[in-house]
Amino acid sequence: MAKITFPVEATHIMMFARAIGDTNPVYHDAEAAKKSEAGGVIAPPSFAQAVAQFDPEYYLRPKPGQKWFGSGKTPSGVEGKPSSSGGLHAEQHYEYVRPLRPGDVLTVETKPGKTWERESKRAGKLTFRERVTEYRDQKGELVMVARGVGVTTERPVDQG
Amino acid sequence: MALKASALKVGDTHSERVVENLSRTQIVQYAGVSGDYNPLHTDEVYTTQVAGYPSVFAHGMLTMGLTSKMLTNYVGDGRLTKFGVRFTNQVWPGDTLDATATVEAVRDEGGQRFVDLKLSTTNQDGKEVVSGSATARIDP
Repeated sequence: MAKITFPVEATHIMMFARAIGDTNPVYHDAEAAKKSEAGGVIAPPSFAQAVAQFDPEYYLRPKPGQKWFGSGKTPSGVEGKPSSSGGLHAEQHYEYVRPLRPGDVLTVETKPGKTWERESKRAGKLTFRERVTEYRDQKGELVMVARGVGVTTERPVDQG
Repeated sequence: MALKASALKVGDTHSERVVENLSRTQIVQYAGVSGDYNPLHTDEVYTTQVAGYPSVFAHGMLTMGLTSKMLTNYVGDGRLTKFGVRFTNQVWPGDTLDATATVEAVRDEGGQRFVDLKLSTTNQDGKEVVSGSATARIDP
């Protein structure tokens, strides 16, 4: 998988903190953050997921001139069952060397990990796929490692 | 405010209500900022008629973000060394979530004190939506 360049920006951090309802000044107020233990604005712990914004191929973002599998005139813009409709997020793990800060320019590389299967009463056969992502800063130093596990279900998860 | 090892003991807990009556708009906010526009989270027509779910539902990563708010309020800013979760049930519009951290261990590693925490986020019916763990650097 190609390496992605992920510039960490203050406005992006502010908007991310708003989306998770976190009013901590360390995410949006440079002056207050400077006086805090963090010594300046930092990103919330799960911010790195927003690297998707910088992946030119990211399949869960509509792109001009391409059919989108969400609704428009009809309930789905593509014929048949969209391949990603059964995909859910099963696990996410982070290991941190240091917090991300505005001005960081990260180089992000994802490698496939293990794959395994399990039967489930609520959703049929489950196929799990692991992805390991390393985030390195502008000095080439490792700042965090993310391990995500996605699951594809045979059918929608029963809510009973 | 950082935690102090001397003031912590195994079994201590910290809980916060991290969202009340989750709105579809907050899910849209999260889609926009994270870049994950999967219609399962924002497109009711697609989700009910094509994907076969009763309504749109939150990104697992939104629930992780909500859980992280409780966690950083507890351990302090920039102190986490590990944070991991499993998404055990879906989170729906209208849900109210409470996140809890429980101290599992207070330990020393290379002269630095750490706390290991067990995490659990539950909805208004007491059903667990996230289970996880975290480790943070703490003061002596």
